[in-house]
Amino acid sequence: MSRKSFRQAINEALRQEMRRDPTVVLMGEDVAGGRGGSAGVTDAWGGVLGVTKGLLEEFGDTRVLDTPITEASYIGAAAGAAVTGLRPVAELMFVDFVGSCLDQIMNQAAKFRYMFGGKARTPLVIRAMYGAGFNAAAQHSQALYPLFTHIPGLKVVVPSSAYEAKGLLISAIRDDDPVIFLENKVMYDDEDEVPDEAYTIPLGEANLTREGDDVTIVAFGRMVGLANQAADRLEKKGISCTVIDPRTTSPLDRETILECVADTGRLVIVDESSPRCNMATDIAALVAEEAFDTLRAPIRRVVPPHTPVPFATVLETLYLPSVEKIEAAVTATMNHRVVEKV
Amino acid sequence: MQIARETLLRSYRAMRTIRMFEERLHVEFATGEIPGFVHLYCGEEASAVGVCANLTDNDTIASTHRGHGHCIAKGVEVGGMMAEIYGRSTGVCRGKGGSMHIADLTCGMLGANGIVGGGPPLICGAALSHKTLGDGGVAVAFYGDGASNEGTTLESLNLAMVWQLPAVFVVEDNGYGEATSSSYACAGTQQARAAGFGMPYLECDGSDYFAVHQAAGEAIAHARAGKGPVMLHVHLTRWYGHFEGDAMTYRAPDEVPKARSEHDCLKMFRERVTQAALLDASVLDEIDAAVADEIEAAVMKAKDDPLPQAPDLLADVYVRY
Repeated sequence: MSRKSFRQAINEALRQEMRRDPTVVLMGEDVAGGRGGSAGVTDAWGGVLGVTKGLLEEFGDTRVLDTPITEASYIGAAAGAAVTGLRPVAELMFVDFVGSCLDQIMNQAAKFRYMFGGKARTPLVIRAMYGAGFNAAAQHSQALYPLFTHIPGLKVVVPSSAYEAKGLLISAIRDDDPVIFLENKVMYDDEDEVPDEAYTIPLGEANLTREGDDVTIVAFGRMVGLANQAADRLEKKGISCTVIDPRTTSPLDRETILECVADTGRLVIVDESSPRCNMATDIAALVAEEAFDTLRAPIRRVVPPHTPVPFATVLETLYLPSVEKIEAAVTATMNHRVVEKV
Repeated sequence: MQIARETLLRSYRAMRTIRMFEERLHVEFATGEIPGFVHLYCGEEASAVGVCANLTDNDTIASTHRGHGHCIAKGVEVGGMMAEIYGRSTGVCRGKGGSMHIADLTCGMLGANGIVGGGPPLICGAALSHKTLGDGGVAVAFYGDGASNEGTTLESLNLAMVWQLPAVFVVEDNGYGEATSSSYACAGTQQARAAGFGMPYLECDGSDYFAVHQAAGEAIAHARAGKGPVMLHVHLTRWYGHFEGDAMTYRAPDEVPKARSEHDCLKMFRERVTQAALLDASVLDEIDAAVADEIEAAVMKAKDDPLPQAPDLLADVYVRY
């Protein structure tokens, strides 16, 4: 156990799984980097943010495959390799680039098993970074996990810390279904205590990062950290919160959410993705349908506005959920008074 | 190149099976008993069979929406295919895929595909598996002239060259992408496209089994030897419409009759092998009769087979969820 960054935790998960299973291969744009350049360097980058640095050196270019900038062909190749004996981990770089290869994910990888009557296994992981906060603007900042969650056949992982990232990525690689693994780009330098050895965290089991009596907060990815900070502040005002990190949006641990809402009677959902048809609406529908009678106040959603992600810092800050916005939503739900109907 | 007698017999049987399978579907579809869309491969049999005669179960193919021929040529069981097209639980995909998604991974058939241009990227992946696992296999993408314009196909030609994959890209050029002719929709030539990627290129008459077998044999041997991918351009004529029900108002009245009389791969095969005394006409007649029985039995069984049950709706979305 030692302190490791989110980036190091992911690198370590990949390295340990590649050592363990020779069918695990990496592919993507500049996952090594430098091939054919005038400097003669073949591991220049290790991915644009250095997440896969050093893997080429250990595993060679038959298992760490740089690709041309052609997402449709290599994401499709990853799907094809997955149903024919390899266990590929393809890096899509920015999840926004899914626009160039959605067919290969949505119509091919996700559907093989069902369309083929249960006869296919597609052990594929697609890693990509998501999220605003980097001034990366509209085409490099989206939080598209609801898009993938919508598609039957895919599993979707949104890790909230370095510890979570390592265990969830190892589970994703060992999983026999296609998994979309989304890393918040703002978190790569965030450190956490991370065991040196390989470990797994099951997909579909939520984690309670704190337990309280008054309000349940469900948050995803980087929002889990913000929710915990908000809960710290609220604690000082006498409001105690449960914070749920579902870890995966598909499968979704519905039972844990429903149990916690039954205990607290109040629900705030923090979701960095665009507000229409996102995880917040999904969970709100779940709770409205399954736990209506336990609610003591309307469900509150802390979500961005229905706009593209803006560039300027002042606008991006306005766009994103924040500790203050979460705190305000929790306070509002606590202040709600049920008016008895006469 | 001398082709073994066993291969000739197997190939003739496969071509005849495809022909009778498709001609029968043409008749049965018109009765309204077959659900969904059906795209027939009649007239193109020598392409699938000539290519697949050079492959084994260890090799992989990806097909198209017009996939029945590739399935049969690669060894997918005909009864299971027919049952699948009828939406029965006994179908190769348990009634959950239908005509456009017939697949059998056990014989290296990676699936028909409802998405034009869906196959070539998958074949890059299958070829990567063969290369990485060192199993000596080759992966073959069948795709049409329509799909040859898809970005996925062009990207795949590039990727296969960059990674030097054991892959063969078979352009089945039947002259039409849906209702639009390839002379209108394909700029330049397939040959120039291959050359643009530095990829070796071969072409052949797709109604001539021997020409396809020869060209595909060269292409597949090249890929299998680790020399990288090859494009094989097969010239064909589609005897039916894009889908069953297509009135083909976009084709001159004599186009299909001419193809049927002058470019029937089965007639050409029969003439060639009997004139060269490679096979007796009586042997071919026996195959014809046996295939007719097999197709009849497959249709009768498919019509009687059980339908999927309600629990099947929720099964097999995931391995575990």
